[in-house]
Amino acid sequence: MNLLWINITDPAFLTPLLLTLKVAGLATLWALVLGVGAAYALSRRDFFSRDFLDAVFTLPMVMPPTVLGYYLLVFIGRRGIIGHWLQETFGVTLMFTWQGAVIAATVVAFPLVFKSARAALEGVGAQYENAARTLGQGELAVFLRVSLPLAFRGVLSGGMLAFARAMGEFGATLMVAGNLPGKTQTLSLAVYSAVQAGNNALANTLVLIISIVCVVILVTTSKLLKPRH
Amino acid sequence: MKIEVDIVKRLRSGEKEFLLRSQFSTTDRALVLFGPSGSGKTLTLRSIAGMLSPDEGCIRINGDVLFDSAAGINVPTRQRKVGYVFQNYALFPHLSVRENIGFGLKPLFGRLGHREGERIEELMEVFGLAALATQKPAALSGGQQQRTALARALATSPKLLLLDEPFSALDQPLRVRMRRELSRALKDFDIPLIMVTHDSDEVEAFAETIVVYHHGRVEEVHSARDFQTSEASLTETLRSQVARAYL
Repeated sequence: MNLLWINITDPAFLTPLLLTLKVAGLATLWALVLGVGAAYALSRRDFFSRDFLDAVFTLPMVMPPTVLGYYLLVFIGRRGIIGHWLQETFGVTLMFTWQGAVIAATVVAFPLVFKSARAALEGVGAQYENAARTLGQGELAVFLRVSLPLAFRGVLSGGMLAFARAMGEFGATLMVAGNLPGKTQTLSLAVYSAVQAGNNALANTLVLIISIVCVVILVTTSKLLKPRH
Repeated sequence: MKIEVDIVKRLRSGEKEFLLRSQFSTTDRALVLFGPSGSGKTLTLRSIAGMLSPDEGCIRINGDVLFDSAAGINVPTRQRKVGYVFQNYALFPHLSVRENIGFGLKPLFGRLGHREGERIEELMEVFGLAALATQKPAALSGGQQQRTALARALATSPKLLLLDEPFSALDQPLRVRMRRELSRALKDFDIPLIMVTHDSDEVEAFAETIVVYHHGRVEEVHSARDFQTSEASLTETLRSQVARAYL
């Protein structure tokens, strides 16, 4: 048995990898939809609670993941405000499920999409949007045909950062979804368990894969954000 | 064509306050708003297009109310049926010349109709853009950009064409040529227009009615026809206006 690396077809490695891709992929999708929506709403209207909402939406970026996990327990936990209702009405619980892990990852990834989408949307000249309006376009068409395509690179780079963040999510996920091998154990949780168990070969392989993915994402993002000439 | 504008708009930026009081009415088909920069011409044009909401007053075109503060009417830009050529053209940078011109004809979901497709090809032909159909705006010269912007504005068959300093982004020799091209195209399309400019040559080339702005107010309204019968020459009058404006 190799003590340094394990075979990448080993289920001990493959199972958390596939689960992580599923959780991080779905969380990124949700973060994109919600983040771009929130950024659009805030860049459009000048209401007095705008700065407050901006702060609230950015909060998950600076708060300790365990605190976020605690908030999530308050909301979607078995006795939580939404969790209790879900349990009563549908008999569904999100605690200790991979869906719960998706929610935790979405919350931590959301601000990354929100911040970059907001900057990108505000960078789109009002003139292009006005030009589209004089050409008979409604607000949805203006957004989909002008604002979003022109802000696309910023939104995409935010989405990639969100994916990297969702992939590495540990604290909130642990509190909401636990660390159940084969069920809610994602890569970063698997690294922790492997180190605790003294399985260095597994830890090495997991760490290497995570590092490669993160480097690729960061390099691509900085390429996306470089101004074109 | 009857255009009636009577609006008031207060704008504040920091300590400074700007008061626009714009009032004129005309039945001529070519109207030029003339005056130094910062005198309120462009604000008036933006109000007519619906990009800026006046504080009070009304705007009517052929009797259709576009804005009326007393009646609480403010028709959204997309329903006003006005073509707008921006000072720096505002061509969509992510779309080709063909897609820019067809922008207002294409539905949000779905494809261009056959007739619309033909109209786009026809417009590109008329404005000499056929060879550039697949180019992005960044690859075009200033004159080509202007023609694309004009074709795009005319594609949706607006009732009225608004032009904001359409020649200011061009250098002098090109400006003279484009001025000739534009006035020819406008005759072909037979569309009423309102043009904003601070260049007296452009007033002479296009105006039937001249509205002179100064410090946010309409100072004078002249009809070009008056000058054909009176002693005063249009050039002289404009020159004295310019001299006063920059005093």
